[in-house]
Amino acid sequence: MTAAMKIDSSLIEKARARRLPVDLTDAQVQQFGAEIEAVRKKIMDSLGENDARYIRRMIKVQRALEVGGRGLLFAGILPPAWLAGTAMLGVAKILENMEIGHNVIHGQWDWMRDPQIHSSTWEWDNVCPSDQWQHSHNYMHHKWTNVVGMDRDVGYGILRMSEKQPWHPAHLAQPVTNAMLATFFQWGVALHDVEFERVRTGEKSVKEAWGQLKHIGKKVRKQVVKDYVLFPLLAGPFFLPVLTGNITANLIRNLWAYMIIFCGHFPDGVEDFLPEDVENEDKAHWYLRQLLGSANISGGKLMHIMSGNLSHQMEHHLFPDMPSNRYAEASAEVQAICKKYGLPYNSKPLHRQFGSVLRKVMRLSLPNGKPKAELATA
Amino acid sequence: MISALRPLTRIGHWIATPVLPESYLELINPLLGAGLRGRIERLVRESDRAVSLEIRPNHQWQGARPGQYVRLGIDVDGVRHWRCYSVSSAKAGRNDTFTITVNAIDGGQVSTWLNCNAQVGMVVMLDQAAGDFVLPQGELPKLLFVTAGSGITPVMGMLRAMAASGQMADVVHLHYSPDDAHNLFAEERRGLSLAHGWKTLDQLTRSRGDQHFSAAQLDALCPDWAERLAYACGPAALMDATAAHWQQAGLADQLKQENFRPVLKTVAAGAGGEVRFWNSERVAEGAGDKPLLEVAEQAGLMPKHGCRMGICQGCLVTLKEGQVRDLTSGEVFGESGDMVRICVCAAAGNVTLEL
Repeated sequence: MTAAMKIDSSLIEKARARRLPVDLTDAQVQQFGAEIEAVRKKIMDSLGENDARYIRRMIKVQRALEVGGRGLLFAGILPPAWLAGTAMLGVAKILENMEIGHNVIHGQWDWMRDPQIHSSTWEWDNVCPSDQWQHSHNYMHHKWTNVVGMDRDVGYGILRMSEKQPWHPAHLAQPVTNAMLATFFQWGVALHDVEFERVRTGEKSVKEAWGQLKHIGKKVRKQVVKDYVLFPLLAGPFFLPVLTGNITANLIRNLWAYMIIFCGHFPDGVEDFLPEDVENEDKAHWYLRQLLGSANISGGKLMHIMSGNLSHQMEHHLFPDMPSNRYAEASAEVQAICKKYGLPYNSKPLHRQFGSVLRKVMRLSLPNGKPKAELATA
Repeated sequence: MISALRPLTRIGHWIATPVLPESYLELINPLLGAGLRGRIERLVRESDRAVSLEIRPNHQWQGARPGQYVRLGIDVDGVRHWRCYSVSSAKAGRNDTFTITVNAIDGGQVSTWLNCNAQVGMVVMLDQAAGDFVLPQGELPKLLFVTAGSGITPVMGMLRAMAASGQMADVVHLHYSPDDAHNLFAEERRGLSLAHGWKTLDQLTRSRGDQHFSAAQLDALCPDWAERLAYACGPAALMDATAAHWQQAGLADQLKQENFRPVLKTVAAGAGGEVRFWNSERVAEGAGDKPLLEVAEQAGLMPKHGCRMGICQGCLVTLKEGQVRDLTSGEVFGESGDMVRICVCAAAGNVTLEL
């Protein structure tokens, strides 16, 4: 695990010369940054009642789906009820975690000043405590997106997802590790901020990690009791169908969330970076790096909602605190700006993005062959 | 009853985790949602710029005494705003509805919005009643009320309550309004005065050219004012004038005042101010362009934070008083209770943070 977080030192020299792989002068980058900022300002200034209605309705729909799903599972001895109940609960969990929870915790809805829908109070339906997620995700991942060695989401400390990470024989098992991560995604997310690799190297104290684990333990207890003890018990003789339905719903959420999230930063064409690339980085370069380090999933409205609008991963990374229902609008303007500056706008259907992610998981389980990163930017 | 429900409540919490059972009950009835809230049951238009709202609070309401105020939270353009309004009804007990009267203030976002948009059925957020602008318990002394404009509302609550309870009292009420059309509750007050032998002295300052409050006027209209327990409520000018007058007479403890509208000092563009850290009882100078996070760190505090660029919400702190400037947009904003990102916000005038 430790090895995965270190940087292949031979690549640092090359990166120095390269900085960000774009053909723009510094003045052009600044101009680009100002235009992105203007998109942000325009949309943020126009937030209002319609947006508030959107998130409140989304929360209502999600809760109704959850109540409906759990209700149907009580009749889960009948296969159609089990299937429908499980599907509804799975969708409810996906909506809660992605379009609602993830985005609320980002502070996208803080402007409403509603304490019930606020980044400082939201606790999501997931074994990961929101405050730890806020640190590992909002800060570490969003500030240092795709910077190998700084953004721990590059392989989550267990996968080799960048050629800049040195290879280790353990990576041969990567296809299996990857499948395990997908299956138990919420657990991986929960343990992510404990940073075991930093505890092992002594960078982080055991005491601090233990404190985090206890905090996670409390959340885990509540989540597990709810889904795997209390609701099955409430069903009395139908204990088993409720239990299997809940397990399946959590699994559906895990697999879907994993797939969407891996499509955000690992498909072909997405750049990764080295700490040297981000030294003294200003806001305009930060915007540029966010754009180059993320990829979108093209699709319809349902795709956007079910992915928590992470189908607009590029817009999300440019504007992490912009309400997700406005990303589609931002996307049109960002695309136009990209075109103007000759920057890539990486947006493809789910099967293509995820296909290239899986290929990368396989490819990087083996040592680097030809240095593809160089070919791509030559 | 309550103890029998406790195990049920506990199970409710376990099955609703990570949210509250109220979050689901709200789907059935918005009044069952988390926190104190109320539903508007009746609207009465009092003048072209004042409306009374009769509100049915949910089970969490602990009741108000006449003269107290409640904080009302409503969403204007999707943003929650809180304002204080005096209870103007005689009753406001645990199981009662209560009424507030909202006078549209020029430039007042919330009061104007309520006057135009409040509807029967609308659910508003509430805080428990507060304030010590109330009548003394037991037998009432001789009373003097001095009110102006919408400052009538808490006094109206007291007058109605006295009338309803049949409490005998010697009351003089001096009320200022611009003209008949804006003289709130004029007819009802006249009726109450006749029925209870109270003295109501309405001053119409615009239409009739009556004078604003002065010591001489008070002496003329209510010669025994010094013998009375006085209550004053109205705009800042009236508050200042009455406070000074009672102070001069050495009778400051016989005057009770209610003042809602905080005096917002306009801050020069770019100016900072004194930063108070409430929990740690420290004070520091905050420049207008210096993030409050840095000010706090230099004052020896170690606030929780993350990105230091305004994207991660890791540094949110509750604003107690004052306003801040968002350094990324230049916007000056803030109301008491707002959560602000201290890594990208600077002091705009004096501020107090819960840190």
